[in-house]
Amino acid sequence: MSDEKNLIEGRTGMWEVILGLEVHAQVISEAKLFSGASTKFGADPNTQVSLVDAAFPGMLPVINKYCVEQAVRTGLGLKAEINLKSVFDRKNYFYADLPAGYQISQYSQPIVGKGTIVLDMAGGVKRHIGITRLHLEQDAGKSLHDQHPTKSYIDLNRSGVALMEIVSEPDLRSSEEAAAYLKKLRSILRYLGTCDGNMEEGSMRCDVNVSVRKVGDPLGTRCEIKNVNSIRYVQQAIEHEARRQIEILEEGGSIRQETRLYDPSKGETRSMRSKEQAHDYRYFPDPDLLPLVLDPNWVSEIKATLPELPDEKRARFISQYGLSDYDAGVLSGEKEIAEYYETVAKGRDPKLVANWVSSELFGQLNKVGKWITDSPVSADALGGLIDLIADNTISGRIAKDVFAAMFETGKPAKQIVEEKGLRQVTDTGAIDAAIDEIMAKNADKVAEYRGGKDKLLGFFVGQVMKATGGKANPALLNERLKAKLAG
Amino acid sequence: MSLDSKTVAHIAMLARIKVPEAELAALAKELSGIMTWIEQLNEVDTTGVEPMTGVLHRNLPQREDKITDGGYPDKILMNAPDAAHGFFTVPKVVE
Repeated sequence: MSDEKNLIEGRTGMWEVILGLEVHAQVISEAKLFSGASTKFGADPNTQVSLVDAAFPGMLPVINKYCVEQAVRTGLGLKAEINLKSVFDRKNYFYADLPAGYQISQYSQPIVGKGTIVLDMAGGVKRHIGITRLHLEQDAGKSLHDQHPTKSYIDLNRSGVALMEIVSEPDLRSSEEAAAYLKKLRSILRYLGTCDGNMEEGSMRCDVNVSVRKVGDPLGTRCEIKNVNSIRYVQQAIEHEARRQIEILEEGGSIRQETRLYDPSKGETRSMRSKEQAHDYRYFPDPDLLPLVLDPNWVSEIKATLPELPDEKRARFISQYGLSDYDAGVLSGEKEIAEYYETVAKGRDPKLVANWVSSELFGQLNKVGKWITDSPVSADALGGLIDLIADNTISGRIAKDVFAAMFETGKPAKQIVEEKGLRQVTDTGAIDAAIDEIMAKNADKVAEYRGGKDKLLGFFVGQVMKATGGKANPALLNERLKAKLAG
Repeated sequence: MSLDSKTVAHIAMLARIKVPEAELAALAKELSGIMTWIEQLNEVDTTGVEPMTGVLHRNLPQREDKITDGGYPDKILMNAPDAAHGFFTVPKVVE
């Protein structure tokens, strides 16, 4: 289990980091988990709140069937057990943005049980990470602490929105694995359409459990880092927290189990003292809600509608298109990229298309900071460009310039080639004429070449290519040049 | 079951009820009495009996995913002692 390269070196030896992640994923739905108020992000404060969400006396929760369906769909996507009977409990704690004084959650009988996520690590290594459970629960409201010097402002719009809490086994061993886990989970959720995975808007949030131990020792005491809101911060928080724990242990101290907060500006984790006494949640079954009993036929129906998921798509890209495992991983990782790729690849050379998408297209998109769905070059437009390479209208080298122009102007490839006169020269006469001219100008080099200096071929190719404005067909140019130089 | 003053103070803190030190002992005695009375239920042998979650033999009622509620911030804030700019306000809670 312990992989050498994941170990951290301390003063007293090598340490292993043990990580478990709890992800809160906001369910994509129109209405909230137990009320008919909207879940839409960004509305004016308290405009999307029902009397249930504000916990007015006597209001009763009624569960949203679609939220249940989304949780089941996610469970099936994680290859997990679906519990046909699950129970809602009250998790009691006191906080300003929790008007009922309890959160409706699931404790001992969650809707989804054990599952697995497969991580594709560097070097083709696959890591199977266990999912302990997935349960449904309500989100709390939002507190704003920076609006007033002495008051906190409370907006209950988020109160009651459905969350899936997805808990991993303590199977992760490095910050890289934690990042890979989050990316893979996000990709699966997006494929399933059950959560948009947007960490900036808070629709996916992460708590990290960190402990360290000497290799072979029993598990150490863990600390929980709450609410880390980007994958990069998760990695940084883990690195800092592991170092902190190792230092304490190597000084002969012990780790106190506690909740900590990661401060990205200072690059450190610190104790959340307010949470110390709060871990007494006094769970009990919510008397307002009967157990949730699912019809196995309904679960089967949901299963039948599951889309092809990233792992299956990756395997298919390898077998159907002959892609490398790496390329298949890159092109199947996000649903939109996979769709784009398959649209271009249809009826074209799949490996050539893979290269164009993963190098040229991604390169340009990264440069301008755009996501594939906002690409100025559509899948059909890129296909048009690749067709021009395939039928020898332009060379692969010129195609890169054409692509850059397409990206900038949004014009189709054909139009750019015509307007700029980039059509490849395949006329032997024209190429011969250019070769003759260059050879006449460089008689000394011709003599050297003929005297055995083969390396000069590259010089001649370059010169002739330049003379034709890069438009000469490279294969034809090579062939004619060699023949003429041979004399 | 017997509750001591320390446990009562803890329960009171969790419920955010202020209990003067002097009243803790009396409360502990009262709560212990209630607990002991409830504990009579332990005399019933429930081996193999599923916990009863309700008296009605029916499934959890479910709702369609439709927006049918909300849009009345004035009503929501009606009882708020110190609303401002559409928000509830509370004394500052800082982490």
